[in-house]
Amino acid sequence: MIPLTAPFTEEKMRSLRVGDAVAISGVLFTGRDAVHKYLHEGGALPAGVTLLDGIIYHCGPVVLKDEKGDWKVTAAGPTTSIREEPYQGQIIRQFGLRGVIGKGGMGERTLQACKENGCVYLHAIGGAAQVLADCVTRVLNVYFLEEFGSPEAIWVLEVKDFPSVVTMDSHGRSLHQEVFAHSQAELAKHL
Amino acid sequence: MNALLDSLVEIIRRTSAEIPDDVQRAILAGLEAEKKGTIAESAMKIIERNITLAKQKSQPICQDTGSVLFHVNAPVGFDQMMFEETARQAVTRATVSGYLRQNSVNSLTGVNDGTNVGPGAPSIHFHQHREPHLEIRLILKGGGCENVGAQYSLPNEKLKANRDLDGCRRVILDAVLQAQGKGCGPGILGVCIGGDRATGYEFSKHQFLRFIEDRNPQPELDALEQDILKTANELGIGPMGFGGKTTLLGVKIGAVNRVPASFFVSVSYMCWAYRRQGVRLGSGGEIAQWLY
Repeated sequence: MIPLTAPFTEEKMRSLRVGDAVAISGVLFTGRDAVHKYLHEGGALPAGVTLLDGIIYHCGPVVLKDEKGDWKVTAAGPTTSIREEPYQGQIIRQFGLRGVIGKGGMGERTLQACKENGCVYLHAIGGAAQVLADCVTRVLNVYFLEEFGSPEAIWVLEVKDFPSVVTMDSHGRSLHQEVFAHSQAELAKHL
Repeated sequence: MNALLDSLVEIIRRTSAEIPDDVQRAILAGLEAEKKGTIAESAMKIIERNITLAKQKSQPICQDTGSVLFHVNAPVGFDQMMFEETARQAVTRATVSGYLRQNSVNSLTGVNDGTNVGPGAPSIHFHQHREPHLEIRLILKGGGCENVGAQYSLPNEKLKANRDLDGCRRVILDAVLQAQGKGCGPGILGVCIGGDRATGYEFSKHQFLRFIEDRNPQPELDALEQDILKTANELGIGPMGFGGKTTLLGVKIGAVNRVPASFFVSVSYMCWAYRRQGVRLGSGGEIAQWLY
């Protein structure tokens, strides 16, 4: 696995290619349906939050407070990314994102934004909530908890060796497009 | 009825944290089938490690603890309203304990009150049986796989699907193609041929109560199940849609009657995190036997 450690510079992201398995260490911002719709409609990021050179993680974690009153992430796998396709490209451009982590892949508009902005789509293993929660070393902050509810809030997570696979790179390649085309051709042979 | 409440919380805990043995066997077989050193193999390894870790920690296998679907077989005269009330309490308690994520959202206001209880949540299907005991099965079905389910109305000209078994085969395989890895494959299909738009999906989900290794007693449906499993695994979609050999772990198909004007094929997709457990309760409400 290729270590991918903060800061997430354009140079580092552009060096990644489809099929690369990476272990991410640094800070991730969770954001899913409510956050993407909010930002797309012109909503402002909370004071003190910047996504510049940042990675957004499509995830609605299970987070509990421990006996000391600290947040503890107990399950944190990715959610399906394609729902954010109407918003993602604009958010990559506007906020200077360098990475999007999710599952299932995204479409043409996101791929184009990745190419223009030196951003990559990283596929985490859907359903692997425990393996991925184990990579969260600390909850640094949470925003929009009241407004959007826990799964939809922005959780700021420090992670170590978070495993994922590059399935859309900044050079216009998408593993999802390739697998779809291949499987469609295979299916035609079986009908 | 505190024993019933305790039993229900335990069923929820175990369903959320422990994959049933039949599913685990299928996942291990899938891991073996993948080519060494590929990203498909590495995905299956992470899945396998996740299953072990969730059980050890008694925490959710997947953070999307899904729709809470109870299937209850009860003796004649059983108090269903008391059961519903106790099930709501159990769901609330399991949410506080973190076995369930705060996962139920008011569809009009968008408010998630954090209890997992509300209109339609949890969902409970009751059936009577001529036995003295209570049988409770629980499925937790995540949203990612639910979203890739599909319902087809035959004939479907685009897919060249007529109102026959070949037409059913064509639309089911189309559902697999369209799903790719988005439903967290390798997946399991539950299919209903016939019914109406509501009962079609309902019966497709009943198929998930079957054991993954069982065989369909109806020969034509058994043949269709085996054929779709084999064909889907030759498409190269693979775990998570990364490409690979294991696209599906199982296919379960049932058929119910339809009206002459309608011919629906309803396909429900279950992710690899196939959370389904069941129990038979003793007369005091305690868990007497696990069913899977």
